[in-house]
Amino acid sequence: MTTPVIGDGPGTTDAASIVAEGRHRRRRRAVTVTAVLAALIVVAVVVSLSLGATGLGLGDALAALVGRGDRLSDFVVFRLRLPRATTAVLAGAAFGLAGSLFQSTLRNPLASPDILGVTAGASFAAVFATLILRVDGPGIAVAAFAGALIVAALMWALAWRGGLVGYRFVLIGVALAALVQAALGYLITRADVRDASRALVWTVGGIGDTSWPAIGVVGVAILGLLIVVAGVSRRMPVLQLDDDSARSLGVDAGRARAGVIVLGVALVAAGTALAGPVAFVALVSAPIARSLVRGGASALAASALVGSLVVLVADLVGQYALPGGISVPVGIVTGLIGAPYLLWLIATGNRKGSDG
Amino acid sequence: MSVSTTAATAGVVSGVRRRRMVRSAWLVASVLLLVVVVVASLTIGARPLSFDEVLGALFAPRHGDVDQVVVRELRVPRTVIGLMAGAALALVGAILQGVTRNPIADPGLLGINAGASFAVVLAISVFGIVSPSGFVWFAFAGAALAAVIVFVVGSRGRDGSTPVKLALTGAAVTAAFTPLITIVLLSSLDTLNQFRFWSVGALVGRPLDTAGAVWPFLVVGILLAAILARRLNLLALGDDVARGLGDRPAVTHALAAVAVVVLAGTATALAGPIALIGLVVPHVARRITGPDYRWVLAFCLTLGPVLLLSADVIGRVVVAPAELEAGIVSAFIGAPLLIAIIRRAKLAGV
Repeated sequence: MTTPVIGDGPGTTDAASIVAEGRHRRRRRAVTVTAVLAALIVVAVVVSLSLGATGLGLGDALAALVGRGDRLSDFVVFRLRLPRATTAVLAGAAFGLAGSLFQSTLRNPLASPDILGVTAGASFAAVFATLILRVDGPGIAVAAFAGALIVAALMWALAWRGGLVGYRFVLIGVALAALVQAALGYLITRADVRDASRALVWTVGGIGDTSWPAIGVVGVAILGLLIVVAGVSRRMPVLQLDDDSARSLGVDAGRARAGVIVLGVALVAAGTALAGPVAFVALVSAPIARSLVRGGASALAASALVGSLVVLVADLVGQYALPGGISVPVGIVTGLIGAPYLLWLIATGNRKGSDG
Repeated sequence: MSVSTTAATAGVVSGVRRRRMVRSAWLVASVLLLVVVVVASLTIGARPLSFDEVLGALFAPRHGDVDQVVVRELRVPRTVIGLMAGAALALVGAILQGVTRNPIADPGLLGINAGASFAVVLAISVFGIVSPSGFVWFAFAGAALAAVIVFVVGSRGRDGSTPVKLALTGAAVTAAFTPLITIVLLSSLDTLNQFRFWSVGALVGRPLDTAGAVWPFLVVGILLAAILARRLNLLALGDDVARGLGDRPAVTHALAAVAVVVLAGTATALAGPIALIGLVVPHVARRITGPDYRWVLAFCLTLGPVLLLSADVIGRVVVAPAELEAGIVSAFIGAPLLIAIIRRAKLAGV
């Protein structure tokens, strides 16, 4: 190996120790990045608790958090702002992690949650639950979760024919999305216009009116999934290889990949159930995390944290930072930032525009 | 030797001739089907009418006859708009699929409908326009804007416009317009109320003067499609081969871009954003006639309206006396059709 020594060690020309050194350094970097991201999330949560119509200082918010607040700040923090911040953290983590799982296993930018049918299914089920079944809170979350999984499963069943081929999967997704969109259009045109407006907020991802029961139901699901993903994450790098190389390492790549995608779909479904389909979080979190961690193939933990941070900050922007004092659902902020970013990526992009 | 060559040539010639005859027969059949669907569209509805009554309404108007008013004021406009929008949608789908060499190209997927929708939202909210015939020019402008973005962004970079890149660009353009649309809709219930009925895509409630305003565009679009047919055949072989055969792919791309804007603008202006017709009809046409774009485009001209008008007629029947919009029904017909096509096709070729 004639690789130049990049390191400050005293002339470690031995290849094995270079690799070990590099690995060690990457791990250190990953730990640092993770710690910094976690700290930023805490800061963003505290800031979000202190901002709003009822002016609480940072001190009041912190006091309420540690159980020393007065009744007003307790109410504002625990009933209004903490659920919202918790939703942002949980949903963001789910989206970020799911994006990372999809991108590292499918290696296909079109395999975003929208194309996977999850978003459409969740939106339709949530709107159906709101407008027809007239449930709210946890009911909507459960309906959305079920809808997402049903449509995803349907897609899977229709696209499967002795294996899963990317293009067929995408095409089936397109067909089902159009179908669901039409059904959604039917519901929206038949509803009272005020209800339609509320349903519309849901379909773009708004975390404004979550409640503890909904967070409880979905949060448990998300935490469970996080633990499962952590358990399988050691085997993830193998899936970056092509199927034959993976097989030579004793991994049935097809099956493993399917398992990872199921996890990703479940995560997106849970995140969507909680916050609605917040655009682009799944798409952008993983690339950001990868570039921060540098080299870490899938950077799962960092992706989840980046997801949380993105949703938190975007929600703060949507609530407080827009001109004219208007406030918009978080999904609109992420869409307004994410879409031009994606266009820029494509325009300046790499050879095939396929790693966007 | 020369005898056998002649015989072989004759065999090939007769094979070509037979193929052409079969295709022509199919084309005639599709025209007949279109006639049947048009008649159905004129006669079927909440107030069922006989064919004679329809003819009477058209050629022997009686004053104050409610049935005749139904034909002239409701049935004829939606039939005409269905014919025009269906043809435009199918053609635009075929041209997009040809020029991008991408089987899933469609004005909806490439962001063009989103652009048109955004412009219509602006028309309602900023300019206070309330009638669909006033939406026309906005729909056009929005469709054109989105198409330009998609083509410019999607064709940058070293490889030019790869199918994946175009599809991705379309998704990004849709994603860019959606939050803008939603902000406007959330800030005004009136706008939402107008927009939601436009955005499902329907043939009903669209006045005939809309058709009167946009028909020249449809004509231009059809002419462009006719010019493009041979060029798309060459392009299907790849840019390099096309160039080698004396074609200039850049010219084809430019003509196609104009045709797409004109046709997509026409369709959206007439009926609103309608999904899947542009995607499905070219696939059906290809199954009937093979990959030759001269025939595919011809079949689009008949099968597009057949599908859209059938959807409209079915929408009048299934939930009678209420109605389902053509955009909703066509998605429910188109999606299973598309899924069937996908599942049967060999994947490399789709």
